[in-house]
Amino acid sequence: MDVGGTHTDAVLIDGDRIRTKAKVLTNASDLIDSLLKAAEALHVGEHASSIKRAVLSTTISTNAIVQNKVDKVGMILSSGPGMALHDWLRDRTAHMVSGSINHRGIEVESIRKDEIDRVGVQLRDQGISHLAVVGKFSTRNPGHELAIRDTIGDGFGHVSLGHRMSGHLGFPRRIWTTYLNAAIFDTYRSFVAAVRGLWGTLGEGVPIHVLKADGGTCSLEKSIEYPVQTILSGPAASIMGVLSLADCGTDAVALDIGGTTTDIAVLAGGVPLLEPLGVQIGGLKTLIRGLRTHSIGVGGDSVVRFEKGTLTIGPGRDGPAAAFGGTGPTPTDAMVELGLLPAGDRDRAVSSLQGLARDMQLTVRETAERIYDQACREIAESIGRLVQEINREPVYTIHDMLEGRRIDPRGLYVVGGPAVPMAKRLSELLGLPAHIPPHAEVANAVGAALARTTAEITVLADTEMEVMTIVEEGSRQKISPRFSRNDAYQVCRDRLHRLARDMGARDDGMEMDIVEDQEFNMVRGYYTTGKNIRVKAQIKPGLISNIRREEAGR
Amino acid sequence: MKKKRKTGLVFFPAFDWAISPTHPEREERLLYTQDQVFEEGLIDQDNIVEYKPGIAELRDIDRVHICVPEARHVVTESHLISAGGTMTAADKVLLGEVDNAFALVRPPGHHAMKVVHGARGFCNINIEAVMIEHIRKTYGPRRIAVVDTDCHHGDGTQDIYWHDPNTLCISIHQDGKTLYPGTGFAEDLGGPNALGMTLNVPLPPKTSEEGFLYAVDQLILPVLREFKPDLIINSAGQDNHYTDPITDMRFTAQGYALLNEKLSPDIAVLEGGYSIEGALPYVNVGIILAMAGLDYRFIREPDYDPDLLRQSPQVTERIEREVERLYGLWKTRSTRREEMIRGAKYQQRTKNIYYDTDGIREQQQETVRICDDCGGLVIIDSMASTGNRILAVIIPGQSCPRCRGEGEAVFASIDKIKYNLNYVYFQDSGRDVYLAK
Repeated sequence: MDVGGTHTDAVLIDGDRIRTKAKVLTNASDLIDSLLKAAEALHVGEHASSIKRAVLSTTISTNAIVQNKVDKVGMILSSGPGMALHDWLRDRTAHMVSGSINHRGIEVESIRKDEIDRVGVQLRDQGISHLAVVGKFSTRNPGHELAIRDTIGDGFGHVSLGHRMSGHLGFPRRIWTTYLNAAIFDTYRSFVAAVRGLWGTLGEGVPIHVLKADGGTCSLEKSIEYPVQTILSGPAASIMGVLSLADCGTDAVALDIGGTTTDIAVLAGGVPLLEPLGVQIGGLKTLIRGLRTHSIGVGGDSVVRFEKGTLTIGPGRDGPAAAFGGTGPTPTDAMVELGLLPAGDRDRAVSSLQGLARDMQLTVRETAERIYDQACREIAESIGRLVQEINREPVYTIHDMLEGRRIDPRGLYVVGGPAVPMAKRLSELLGLPAHIPPHAEVANAVGAALARTTAEITVLADTEMEVMTIVEEGSRQKISPRFSRNDAYQVCRDRLHRLARDMGARDDGMEMDIVEDQEFNMVRGYYTTGKNIRVKAQIKPGLISNIRREEAGR
Repeated sequence: MKKKRKTGLVFFPAFDWAISPTHPEREERLLYTQDQVFEEGLIDQDNIVEYKPGIAELRDIDRVHICVPEARHVVTESHLISAGGTMTAADKVLLGEVDNAFALVRPPGHHAMKVVHGARGFCNINIEAVMIEHIRKTYGPRRIAVVDTDCHHGDGTQDIYWHDPNTLCISIHQDGKTLYPGTGFAEDLGGPNALGMTLNVPLPPKTSEEGFLYAVDQLILPVLREFKPDLIINSAGQDNHYTDPITDMRFTAQGYALLNEKLSPDIAVLEGGYSIEGALPYVNVGIILAMAGLDYRFIREPDYDPDLLRQSPQVTERIEREVERLYGLWKTRSTRREEMIRGAKYQQRTKNIYYDTDGIREQQQETVRICDDCGGLVIIDSMASTGNRILAVIIPGQSCPRCRGEGEAVFASIDKIKYNLNYVYFQDSGRDVYLAK
């Protein structure tokens, strides 16, 4: 089930077939009500005993952040020397404490108990119950973050720790990610409690999963600790939906043409690309693993204007298209006029275009053609730019410079209201075959239903110091000076599988994919003193099954 | 509040390239720098943009060097990417996409001279020179100042631009009497057609921030103001740092940042610097912040202690004397040129060059035509311990018709067999011509 801004979509999938699908209006003030209504519309009651899992994609976390309905967070930051921080932290309750860790995870300056105690007293006095504890290079050594949490003691509702959010570097992003996690913790926890009420309809104890920004699932219970991972699950559901309905195994572009915007995603060999550093939300750059989507302000209902001899489409929407009861004109009106869309009131579309036609000194038909063509061109150009941008991303080895994989899209998969007419022109403009997946109206729900559990783990081994750090677990342990890259792979596999099972993964969907694999000789003076091994592995976004081809093709 | 500038960053750590597994110039060199740059979130700053390096072509090398026997024998892919990275940095600045740019690339290049028989001082090709000639070819003639702040004398860059009146090469380094390559003295001021366009500022061992910044304020900045370059390039070696294992200076990350702020280079290019854990991460972050006009006051090495990094009064005094002498030499460069030429038509010099990295010895005789109209025709006769003997005819950029005509005639008439030459080269970078026979 996918709770969108306007509609809540739901599908009931049996193996590789869609049994029933439903679409109900979203009740923005009560997401649980929307979920219940959608579940009822599916008639799940008739199948309750055979439901194996339910997956939800909701706007709960995204809305909390975007609408700034967040809790006050007491931030305790240990940065040591480096970039100046003050600008970012205006208007937030941030407490800077001593302590510094360097790039190898070596303690440079220790934390001070008295300072932390003092901060604890202040925060308690202010009645703040949610904390975010973040240290620079805490992903190299989580010791300070853990010690701060232990020192500050009880009496706080929840403490989010920076190194648990992501294994990637980026102190400012880590600060924001941890902040957001703590800020929406309560809202999300209440939501989870309410979701348990769905069991009455779905069947008692049915495993419930939620969709994350990276297009993977996580069990409801496990997601409580990391609510921030569930933001932006809507766009992720849409991409996973296209994937499940399209059966695409090549480089391709997935488009979701909505009313206000068009979301573009790029698939590499059928796998959606992730944001290289992390997603951005509410103006904040984070370390949250998320699918890479590029949103442009051109959609079916975009405002169309002609000013100073220039035709502009979007950004922005002024209600629905004229052909559907709005005032228009919009690209949808143009397509209705051109006879490209089966629905809509053609007379209303025509009259909405007349003013523009006069200004442009064209016939209504020519005006409609210009709007339709320009909307498609703008989307096509954005696709071209996005692919170019991806191929221009920096790489850091000669091998990747020379042999690095380039994205070369072979197909276009389009969903959304005006998908059919726009796909045709986009296909001509880009010289790519375009496909319209079936069941596109419930693509998000299908995507959520079939998404597999994703996970990421980072193992850093420093054989000079004889220390291994498993970042996402926050653990550090002694290793032998002979610890090898193969040992690191083994640890990665074990921990990744444990993590994924913990998050509700099934044993058949846990193929490990190494995303970072480096080994450096550490040389001091002229002698090799150890190895610096860095292995990062993931279970990449994917599907637990595909919708059957003939079904999909219908 | 400082003025923010848009800064391009071309970062290429070549994590799969080393001279040898335990060589200072190895895979690990920029690892901790990358960690620090990423952890500090520099790439997320809205006025810092990261670019993927381009790959230089062999013809970009041929515009600068005489490679024996040919360019593809002396470079690896890594050199082409590192040189390509400097070209990308330059393009972004020259096209106005950014205000300045830093090519944080390896391997380095400032010890690579005009003629290349092999690698010396960890360098095969001079990546700054490749960039400069790319700029001139693509964007037209430019007056360019190179300020080499690596701890080692930038002898390669000096050699390449020794006769070029349009390229000012200032190298500030640890005194050649105490450090490789053993050159770069105040008396070395450039060839007869470009006297004063080479300036060497040898600093005594254990010079600290104070001494470096004194030389910058009292010599380098005044000279730059008088030279009026179109572009300033910083060969940003980082081995003046107090933790560097192969030098003996006391410079700091703060010092490097301040130096860059004062110098305000259009393009910085990484050169040496082998304190890969204790210096490079902090120095590079400092330089990037300074170039971008961001606050670098809180950048500090973990073991930084200003009390341990003071220079002695003797060092201060020596630097003050040297700076005064150098500024005098610069001011009197015209009269010195007259004294040097005394009506001669040609001038010759002999060079013995050692390629420490590859263990090659080279003997060179270089002849330059004295010319008032251009950098002057240069003819190099070079013999290396590899057994190769070559002759190179080099036409300067913006050449006058006489120097060019004479050079063309020499190349056309030279008899390889008679003079026992393996190869004869003709280079006219202004016209992008490179011939070998």
